Amino acid sequence: MIHTIAFYLFATLVVASGAITILARNPVHSVLWLILAFFNAAGLMVLVGAEFIAMLLVIVYVGAVAVLFLFVVMMLDIDFAELRAGFIKNFPLGMLVAVVLLCEIVLGVGAYRAGALHLGTPDGSAATAVGVSNIKAIGTLLYGRYLFLFEAAGVILLVAMIGAIVLTHRQRSDTRGQNISRQIARRPDEATVNVKPEVGKGVSL
Amino acid sequence: MIGIEHYVVVSSILFVLGVLGIFLNRKNVIVILMAIELILLAVNINLVAFSAFLQDLTGQIFAMFVLTVAAGEAAIGLAILVIYFRGRGTIAVDDVNRMKG
Repeated sequence: MIHTIAFYLFATLVVASGAITILARNPVHSVLWLILAFFNAAGLMVLVGAEFIAMLLVIVYVGAVAVLFLFVVMMLDIDFAELRAGFIKNFPLGMLVAVVLLCEIVLGVGAYRAGALHLGTPDGSAATAVGVSNIKAIGTLLYGRYLFLFEAAGVILLVAMIGAIVLTHRQRSDTRGQNISRQIARRPDEATVNVKPEVGKGVSL
Repeated sequence: MIGIEHYVVVSSILFVLGVLGIFLNRKNVIVILMAIELILLAVNINLVAFSAFLQDLTGQIFAMFVLTVAAGEAAIGLAILVIYFRGRGTIAVDDVNRMKG
């Protein structure tokens, strides 16, 4: 009973906040509704026993991606009213495509319910053993069978990080940065000089 | 009782909302990126739901990789957006025609 109530609560909220995300006038509000959508999607995943992915969703999306979006939206000085100009014009076509897509997917689900389709049945090699927690089972799979895929995912993240840094980094001429190679190449005999000035004459620098 | 169909319907509604968001906010790249995140979220819900109902953890592993790609895509997309805004002073998608042959 509580399971059903929780499912409908999370499902309603995730759909509603997703709708407001794409309809909101202010992109900052869009990001905040997107965060709510991610939270409720995490709730949906907890309901089926996938705690690890749910927590990952909260940490990665809310902690990193949504904050990145918020940061960019607030950093750039953009006239959002101008960007909304085609909203009404695109509405009929967008709704048409959306309704067609939704009808097709619901039709697919209905066909599945009718029992004519057979999904592939798992061979049981990746099933959670009895008494093993979700995170332990995922860890065993991830560091065992899917180790190379896992490392490939790490490489993808590294490339994304380097790419983002290289794209947005710029050399600014109006600031004095640290030139490390010049610092290291500097020797005492070219950096210091020994003078014996006469009294009262001063030194030239 | 909540079955796999309920999850599939929720995730398909979310997917359609993402596609609709791309159509409606055709000029605003930030909202388009958010709509893509919604689409990937729908895919993740689908993967996790099937993984749970079929008793096979492969779906959850795959959802993690989708998450990885989504994070990388958001980072690169927003970086491109920032340098585009620096050069042009606007993010309207209609103006992106510099590479037109």
